[in-house]
Order: sequence, then C-alpha cells, then structure tokens
Amino acid sequence: MQPTIRVQRQDFDLAHEAARLGEGRPEIGAVVTFTGLCRDEQGQLSALELEHYPGMAEEEIGRVVQEALARWPLLGLTVIHRFGVIRPGERIVLVATAATHRAAAFAAAEFLMDFLKTRAPFWKKTHLSDGSAGDWVAAHEADEDAAGRWR
Amino acid sequence: MKLVYFAWVRERIGKAEEELTPPAEVASVAELIAWLKSRGEEYDYAFERGDLIRVAIDREHCRHDAPIAAAREIAFFPPMTGG
Repeated sequence: MQPTIRVQRQDFDLAHEAARLGEGRPEIGAVVTFTGLCRDEQGQLSALELEHYPGMAEEEIGRVVQEALARWPLLGLTVIHRFGVIRPGERIVLVATAATHRAAAFAAAEFLMDFLKTRAPFWKKTHLSDGSAGDWVAAHEADEDAAGRWR
Repeated sequence: MKLVYFAWVRERIGKAEEELTPPAEVASVAELIAWLKSRGEEYDYAFERGDLIRVAIDREHCRHDAPIAAAREIAFFPPMTGG
C-alpha cells in the first residue's frame, strides 16, 4: 500500500480524497477522515499563516505514517497538510485512513494527528481581525500529552 | 555547514539561512547553540531559552547532545504548531 503525503499551498477536496482511498478496493470496510480547520477565535483572528520546513515536512510526515502502518493493518492512508495564509473556516490538514474494520481506521487517524501536531515542522502565526500583527502560536502541552499516550 | 531558521527563531536572527563554519571544538548541538549565542545580540535573543529550541540535523529531529560533525544542514525552530 502506497500512502499519499502532500504538503501544498492549495486547498484539497475532502470528498475526492476519501473516494480515492476506497476506489476499486472492495476489501475496505471503513474510511475515517479528519479535517483540521482554521478557527476565528471568537472573531479575533483574520487568518493563520503557516510556515513549514520544505523537505523535512514531507519526510517527517512520512516517518509518522510509517509508524502508523506498522501499528495498524491499514489499506489506505492519505495525509495532506497546507501551508501559507489560511482564513477561518478554511481547511488546514487532512488525515484519511482506510481499513477492513473501523477500529484500526479511527485509531490510526487519531495517532497520525497527535504526532503530526508535535513532530511535523509547521508553525502557525496569527493575523488579527483588528489589523494588528499577531504572534506565533505557542505549542500546547496538551498536544505533547496526547502524543505521549501512544508510547 | 548550512544553518536554517524557522518561525520566530528566523525572525529574531533576521535571516532564514546562512553558511557558517563553527570552530572545531564545537562538537554538539548544545555547543553550537552556545557558540551562536556569542555571535551577536540577535542570536542571543533567538536562543535566550536555548533549551526550548528544537533542532533537526539533515531534516531529522535530534537532541541537543547530538554530534554535529557529519551534519550538512542544521535547522533551529520553536516547538511545532502544525496540524
């Protein structure tokens, strides 16, 4: 199974990506998709600007993907992470997993998101609605804790 | 070696990348951070909490005790906030 990993500026089509995973694969019984969106933080935020480390971003996602494939019997896997300016309501990240049964697909999708947040080299800077310069988003300890529970 | 900086580390240093040749006695990531801090106030500011800065050697995460002798590219950045 060849996982799909894309780091891109442009948006993605959720329905298209989910359909691609299952196409012509009658052994698949479960497709789980997670989409991460940009929030407006009670109207305060006008956009997020995502910086990434080109090259390493794809490679590090690839390492997390290989760990997921070693842990769960997945039949399909897609990770898409966007960079650049993303406005509230727009998509930032997609994780889609396919398996024979739902347990593996759900667990692998959650594992992938937990580790993408703490290991994939992306950084978010806020742009505020009042036009003032925002700041870099601080890493959350809760995200480290979420990743830590898989050890 | 090539040093690359991201997010507020890049902003504080004022450049995205540079080629530097540290002295031979600078053997580990932690020693490289200490040496960079001595190069000017922009580096001192970027690495004021040097222990919190994440580092990658040749695009793989590494610890601060990692040796740098074989490194081609070393990246410095804050804890990641993707996803």
